[in-house]
This record gives sequence, C-alpha cells and structure tokens, in this order.
Amino acid sequence: MSAIETTYVEPSRRMSVNGWAIVVIFLPPALLLFTVFVALPIAEAAWYGFYNWDGYGRPEKFIGLKNYGYLVGNATFTRSLINDGLVIAASLLIQLPFALGVALMVAGRITGAVWFRMIFFVPYVLADVAAGLIWHFMFDGGYGLPSLVTGALGLAPYYLLADKDWAFSAVLIVILWKYFGFYTMLYVAGLQGIDKSLLEAAEMDGASAFQRFRHITLPLLGPMIRLSIFFSVVGSLQLFDIIVPLTGGGPFETTNTMVSYLYYFGITRMRFGFSSAVGVVLFIICVTFAFGYRRLVMRDD
Amino acid sequence: MSLRHLTFAAACLAALTAPAFAETNVTVLHVSENATQKALWDKIAADYNAQHPGVKVQFKYLENEAFKAKLPTMLQSNDRPELFYSWAGGVMQAQNKAGFLKDITADVAAVESTMSPTAVDAFKVNGKVVGVPFEVGEVAFYYNKKLFEKAGVKAEDIKTWDDFLAAVKKLKAAGIVPIVVGAGEKWPMHFYYSYLVMRIGGEHALADAKAGKEGGFKNATFVEAGKRLRELGALEPFQPGYLTTKHAESSGMFGDGKAAMDLMGQWLLGMQAPNSASGKGLPEEDIGILSFPIVAGGKGKATDTLGGINGWLVSKSAPPEAVDFLKFFSEAKYAKEAAAAGAYIPVVKGANAVITDPLFKRLADDLAATTYHQNYFDQDLGPAVGRVINDVSVAVAAGEMTPEAAAAAIQDAAEQQ
Repeated sequence: MSAIETTYVEPSRRMSVNGWAIVVIFLPPALLLFTVFVALPIAEAAWYGFYNWDGYGRPEKFIGLKNYGYLVGNATFTRSLINDGLVIAASLLIQLPFALGVALMVAGRITGAVWFRMIFFVPYVLADVAAGLIWHFMFDGGYGLPSLVTGALGLAPYYLLADKDWAFSAVLIVILWKYFGFYTMLYVAGLQGIDKSLLEAAEMDGASAFQRFRHITLPLLGPMIRLSIFFSVVGSLQLFDIIVPLTGGGPFETTNTMVSYLYYFGITRMRFGFSSAVGVVLFIICVTFAFGYRRLVMRDD
Repeated sequence: MSLRHLTFAAACLAALTAPAFAETNVTVLHVSENATQKALWDKIAADYNAQHPGVKVQFKYLENEAFKAKLPTMLQSNDRPELFYSWAGGVMQAQNKAGFLKDITADVAAVESTMSPTAVDAFKVNGKVVGVPFEVGEVAFYYNKKLFEKAGVKAEDIKTWDDFLAAVKKLKAAGIVPIVVGAGEKWPMHFYYSYLVMRIGGEHALADAKAGKEGGFKNATFVEAGKRLRELGALEPFQPGYLTTKHAESSGMFGDGKAAMDLMGQWLLGMQAPNSASGKGLPEEDIGILSFPIVAGGKGKATDTLGGINGWLVSKSAPPEAVDFLKFFSEAKYAKEAAAAGAYIPVVKGANAVITDPLFKRLADDLAATTYHQNYFDQDLGPAVGRVINDVSVAVAAGEMTPEAAAAAIQDAAEQQ
C-alpha cells in the first residue's frame, strides 16, 4: 500500500521536468489533429457563410451578413426552429419519463426482463433511414395503420403525412418510438448501480414505494437523468435522417428540422454559403446549450 | 535456369510492367440505374478498349444525389473523372464558369453535325461546346386506355386545356382517379407548371424571364400558368394523399391501374411494372400517349416539347483519348443499338428509325418533329431556382400559395443567385 502511495507522490513533484516533456511530445499531434479536423472546418464554414457560393471554384461573391439576413423572418426556417423545440419538448416531457417508467419495470429481476429490455432496444438499433422509410409506409392512408381505423369506421382514407397541420405529430411518434429504448437502457444501467441495501434499509424504516423512489432512487439516478436530458436535447437539434425518408420536410415545408432545412434549402440547392450560415446558427445554438448545461446542471457529475 | 524458365520470367515481368506505363485511363462517371443502358455502355467501352490498346475506358456509377453532392469536390481533386454525366443547364454553366470544363468545339464539330441541333445547343456555353449529348426525352401524358374507355373519354378529342379539364371531370364522375402524381418529391408537379408556361408564353417565355424582361418570373405568363395549374388542382384530380406520394410509388399506382393519367418522362414505361403491386404493371397495348394540351390564346404550339437532354462533359485535364472516346461513343452504330434495345432515345439523327416499340417510337417521332424543345425547368435554371419552381408548383396546385406569390418567390430566388 505504501509503495503505491510513494509512486503516486513522486511524479507530481517532478512535474516540472517530466510533465513538460510529456506535454511537448504528446500535445502537438493531438493539437494538430484537432486543428485540422475540428477547428479549421468550423472556421471555414463560418467564412463560407459570408459568401454567395455554389460550390464550384473558390467563393468570390462576398455578401456580408445577407445569408443570415435571409433566415430572419423566413417562415420555413422559423417553422424548423419551432419543430426542433417540439421535438425537445416531446422528448423531455414524454419520452424520458416513459423510458424511466419502463426502466423501473424491467430493471428488477422479473421474469423475462432481459427479453423486454432487448425488445425495447430493437428500434434504436434499426438504422434511422430504414425506420423513416418503414413508418412512411405505416402511415399511408391507403394500406397503413390509419386505414385500419378509417376502414373499420367506414370513413374516407386519412393521409396523416399529407396533412400539414398534423404531419409533424407523425415525426414525433417515430422519434419517441425510436429512441425511448436507448434511454430505457441508460436508466436500467443507472438503476443497477444503486446500492440495494439503501432501498432495503428504507423499506425496513417503513418508507412507502413512492417515498423510496422519490427520496432514494431518483436522487441517486440524478447524474443519469441529467446526462439523458443532455443527449436528448443535442440529439433533437441534430435530427435529420428520419425526416428525409419519412416526410422529406413536406407537406409545404411543415416538417423540417434545422438540419433538414439546411439540407433541402442549402445543400440540394447548391447554396453552400447559405448552408454554412445555417450550420453556424445551429452550431452556436448547440454549443451554447452544451456549455451552459454542463456548467449549470452537470457541474457536479 | 533453363531457357523456358527465363522466358516465363520475362513474360511475367512484361505482363507486370507493360500496363504500368502505357495505359491511359478514362473514367466515365454516370448516374444511370437502367440495366439496359449500363450494359450497352459497358459494351461500347469494351469495344473501344479492344481497338485502342493502351487506353482503358471505364464507366463508373454513382447514386444520383451523391453524384450531385460530390461532383464539385471531385472536380477540384486529383480523382476527377475524365468524362461525367450532365443534365446541361444551370449546373453545367456553373461548372464551366469555375473553369472545370474543357472547350471541345474544334474536336467534335464533325460529330455534332450528325445530331439533333437542340440537343447540341444545350451543351454550348456562350457558343463554346463543352459536352456531347447522347439522349433526349419527352414529358407527356401516359394514359390508361381501359380507364379512358370506361369513363367515355376519347384521347384524340383532348386538344386544349379546357378539353383536358373536361376529361378530368368526366373521369372523376366515373369514380376514377384522373391523375397520379408523386408530389412528395415535388419535381413531378413542376412538369405541369413548366408545360403551362411553355403553352401560354411560347418558346421565349423562359429565356425572357431569365433575362429579367417584364418583371422576370413575375411576368403575366408565369402568373397565368399558376392560375391554370390551380384551376386543375381545384378539381381535386390527384390520388388521395398525393402530397406524400413518392415518384416510384406513383409509377406503381399507374401500373396498377389506380389512376388514368400520369404526366411523366419516358422512364415511366420502365418503372410502372416493377413498382406495381402486381409486379406486372399495365401491358403496353393498354397505355397511350397524349401530348400536353395547348392553352387557348397561348403562344405555344402543341408540338413544343419538354424533356431532358443528357450528355457527357469533359473535365479540364482530360487526355485527348477521352474526347476520342466520345466520338466513338456517338457513332450511329451505337445510337441505333441504344434505340433498338429501348435503352434511350438517342440524339443521333436517323437512329430512331430502328425503334420497334410503338410508345417509344411515338416519343421519338414527337422529338424529331419538335418545333421547340425545352430542357426541364429545374435543370435549365440550376438547383437554386429550379427547386423553388418545384416547391411552388406543388403549393400552387394545392391552393396553398397564390400564383402571384409563387411567381414572386421564383423571382426572389433568381435575384439571390
């Protein structure tokens, strides 16, 4: 034991010599990789954002902040921001509580728990594009799920994905279905890390099931919940692959997210300067959230 | 070492080294998924390679969207293809402006005289030839003869837009879905808007709008075309849920006889069967072709055609062999093979005489007799303005946007370029 302690103390005293050697040897490659693959592309995108550029040749037409100007008050972009907000709200208010409920049920040693966990996890394993495509057919008014209802009631077929007022709810359904399994697994892992003796002690002291959940399970699961909220918000802001096969942003551009807006109104139109500007806006939103959240909410984790 | 061993070793050495310094590679990048086309192209490349030792021509496929997204980067790298697929129009002009294309005016003059002039002109920028076309297409109404008969609609009576609207009403009254459209992907709807602009404004309508004459795209022709499109949309002629239907799905619906008409390009004939629920689609004898009707009082003629013009562009650094291969590719012999196999409608004059398929023949005859051929609006204008035309076509047809607002949106996009 004492041998370990001495080896622990000694390097820290020689930090000035050894430590600097390590910094000099190991930092440049890491710094170079970070600069080339992370910092430079970000800076480049920010630079392209000031140009009207179709991707061919060098950007030459400098237009200042015009690309950002197009976004202000643009109905489609505003709608995509609102949609991102809706995804975040649905994830936080419906998906995460639901995943926690399921996790509480399947974390214990009930029969078939392993099977349930696996079944709930399957949608997450499926590729996003495949899920979007499958649900595109599932929502079809002619032969999909809605046709079962309208057929049984003798109503005219209902095409949810063609209804501009409700199509986005279809996107939300698919997102909830697709990702709740992931959060369930996250919570199951968290629940399994909780010391059982604490719960047993509380039970002996006469705490009810709800009290045990409220005062022991929930606080101890705190770090996991805070982490899941982080994943959920950042994931919602980056949502893209489900949208394209499911709705393609339609009908009438009511189901775009910020990233699908960037793709449909920037990249497919070869307006790379404009795409970069949208990318910069998205980047600022994500970074502000990530740093703010880590500093304010996750600082103890 | 015996003599035999030595010869063998020398042969091996020769085999290893010979191609290394003698071979010129010509890569042709394309987006075609059509098996007949690909087989023909591979055969042409093999023929050329056999006759030209030291040159290796190879066709390479890239998926459509990936091709469009990757090409700008590829052309700036050392992996650029020597020849690549093009729809002409706005993107080709951008590629030329950035200096990625080779001027081949002098090289291909002889070849071009064998081709349809409209197709040749599509691959010129400011009088300079940058590419060689191989295919033209036509967008027309494909109709289901049995459903027309059932509703008592006669195709030969549909001459004007009003006749067409009357036929739509008649079909609807007979309980038949008049038109199938893959509006989920938007561009299928822009064929209606494009044809209406052509029929109302005539052959100078698009060029004038591009040049900004009389308010550019906000001019009376585009607004009027929008009004006519809404007139059609108001009859609710499309299949239920058309706003979410994809192009492949809509082709299958036509093949299953779920709707009477589809305004589409020539590839519909190859798509309607594999995408149908039955897998068989409609037999060819049950399909008819109807030209887009004229609009009373409009400047356009019934013989003006809308359709794609596809060809090959030559990248700046391509070796002379690449251009030589294009000449070889454009020989009448291969154009005839393409026509006979139904791979596409070739641009080489006279090649279409060998077409046997009656529907394909009808399209080829239309194109041969065309009074004005227009490339797809969304290709002609380039993606930034073209995709706006696609968007507004759907919105106007559905009554979600006024014709005036649509025309203004196109003009805005054109000004932002």
